[in-house]
Amino acid sequence: MNFKTFASFVGPSVFMMTLFIALPLVSVFLESFKVTQPVMQQVEVETCTPGFVGQTCVTALKTVPVIGEDGKTETITRWQGLQSYRSVLQMDKVWAAISSGNWGDILQIDFWKALRFTLMFTLVTLPLVIGVGLIIALTVNNASRAFRGPVIFVSLLPFIITPVIGSLSIYWLFVGDGILTAMMEHWTGTNISMFAQAWTIELLMYFYRVWHVAPFAFVIFYAGLQTVNMDTLESAVIDGASRLERLRHVIIPHLMPLIVFIALIHLMDSYRVFDEIIGFRSQAHVISLQWLTVDLLTPDDAGNRAVSRASASAMLTMIGIVLLLILPLRRTWRDHKGGAH
Amino acid sequence: MSETSKAMRQSFGLRFASAAFLVFWCLIAAFPIFWITVMSFKSPRDAFADSPWDVIMGPATRAAGNGLSVLDIVAGLAVLFFAIRWGFTRLPGLVARYSPGGFIALGWLLGALIYALVFLLIFFGLLPLILDPLNSVFGPLGEPVLGLTTQHYVSVWAENEFYRNFLNSMLVTAGVVTISLTVGTLAGYGLARSGSDLAFWLLILALIFRALPHSVLVAGYLPWFINSAEILRPLFGEMSPTLYGQPWAVIAVLVAINQPFTIWMLRSFFQNIPAELDEAARVDGCSHFQAFRHVIMPVMWPGVITTGLFSFLLGYNDFLVTSLLLDAQNQTMVPAIAGYFNRETTTTDQVEAVAAAVSITAPLFLLVMVFQRQIVSGLTAGAVKG
Repeated sequence: MNFKTFASFVGPSVFMMTLFIALPLVSVFLESFKVTQPVMQQVEVETCTPGFVGQTCVTALKTVPVIGEDGKTETITRWQGLQSYRSVLQMDKVWAAISSGNWGDILQIDFWKALRFTLMFTLVTLPLVIGVGLIIALTVNNASRAFRGPVIFVSLLPFIITPVIGSLSIYWLFVGDGILTAMMEHWTGTNISMFAQAWTIELLMYFYRVWHVAPFAFVIFYAGLQTVNMDTLESAVIDGASRLERLRHVIIPHLMPLIVFIALIHLMDSYRVFDEIIGFRSQAHVISLQWLTVDLLTPDDAGNRAVSRASASAMLTMIGIVLLLILPLRRTWRDHKGGAH
Repeated sequence: MSETSKAMRQSFGLRFASAAFLVFWCLIAAFPIFWITVMSFKSPRDAFADSPWDVIMGPATRAAGNGLSVLDIVAGLAVLFFAIRWGFTRLPGLVARYSPGGFIALGWLLGALIYALVFLLIFFGLLPLILDPLNSVFGPLGEPVLGLTTQHYVSVWAENEFYRNFLNSMLVTAGVVTISLTVGTLAGYGLARSGSDLAFWLLILALIFRALPHSVLVAGYLPWFINSAEILRPLFGEMSPTLYGQPWAVIAVLVAINQPFTIWMLRSFFQNIPAELDEAARVDGCSHFQAFRHVIMPVMWPGVITTGLFSFLLGYNDFLVTSLLLDAQNQTMVPAIAGYFNRETTTTDQVEAVAAAVSITAPLFLLVMVFQRQIVSGLTAGAVKG
């Protein structure tokens, strides 16, 4: 295939990705150093109130936005360097918290709060997803063939459900006196509210994510288990390896490429955690980096979107995922090169 | 695995534990979805009752005059069973016979539509008409035992005009699936057959794009989309559109977001099609495009269907992009449900939100039922090659 044919096959896809992924990235990068504000001017306003005899008039200097010819407020866009990053990171407060020894205060700032949760969410759910997926795959592989179809069908449901709806369905089980909260209250005899403090919400979010992604890991591990070399397994039995040793030394190494694959995909996806915040309505207690950007982009009461701060937060989010992926990607890269030789 | 040797056979305890875990997992996997489905059919008092038994049996719903008798349940289940069986055994044959050659997909679309209409007519129209007089004849068997009401669905779909959101969802999803498959198939084929360094770097770049959080991209679109009418004016004059709030702009965005995944997946499918196939066509004098059209296209459908399913999920499940780039008039279903949060002051509103959530889940449920095999093969193909 010569270059011209290749280009015409790949062209439309590359065009879409350039226009809607690469260019927006450049735009976000530039936008994060700029700020757009309405042009303000000072005008003398005379306000009069009716009084006895005559009117009482007061003249005052007021700052009002300039209204352009089309009736909209005029805006001006200017470069402001790292100002947006500063207002997102709020380093002065961070240093103050560190120097005063109150480390907990750092987590009061939105960005650091979101970063803490996003990282913890990613790192806590990662081993759980792989572990639960592996256990389900092993047990399904153990079950008789007649049950495998229905079990796979049921397992796919949490995976395929809309994330917002999935987290809502768990939210409704626990909200107020939801059925499971009522059950726990019955057992413990205390009054429980799952959505009044951060840590219970976080637990439910971890549970939701494992529930949602473990089926994906399961299906892939299950497919991998079908190709385990039976001869190796049987010779391990003859050598007297126990069941656990066989799992540890034969099956897990065989599944290793798949485990790396799932870890990579899961790192990418769980770093993007966002839908759970909407589903569990947790913005007062727990927020994530993606949610922070979206919140800045959503119009506030006055209808303004904080685009430059959102861009700064988006750039910081992106730096995070690059840092998180560098290690696994370098590892696969080395494996890939090692395999080629 | 009955044929495995004696040494591989497991002790009873292990097998019991494994089976017990499996049952436990299935329970956890299905319970939340099952439970919100049950809740959506009850009056607010029953739906948020303390005792699970009350939620299932719905005494308050029954007291309000919305109940099903044993006879109703038996007849309803029988109709459901035969409808599903007919759908799986006879429907494919009928569709194949009556759809014009080459338009089998169109035939399926029409067939499914007619099937759904007839089913709804029989289940909700004909069945109550027959059963009402029968219930009064049969005495104790005709007494209502199970509280069940469809009023929340009626108010969600009819009064709150949820069908508008449904149509918007369908428009966006259909657009995303068609365009990303068209663009992605070409690119996937090109990448699978090229083997040049450029192709390799494109794939790596796509992998990096796959990792980008969507909010980063949306932060890039928003300023441009809102002001697009002014930016595009020198190019298109007065015709220049405001992209914000346009479904087709959202389709384009979602297609782009979906491209990295699509081209990776389709590339691995095309690599499984032997290259000798299109080389033979090339020897016979076809150009690359003719070879693609006449040799590859007839055999690529399994891969395309699987990739299409995942594109469907991306378009259908998206919350972030659609909620930020569409306005209230043409909102899709998933962000529209967030509108219930703000109004969710009474328990009736809450149950309506539950009914809306179940309405969103139902098509996905059907999707798994019909395409389970394709989904599983798609997941594994992506992993083993990827």
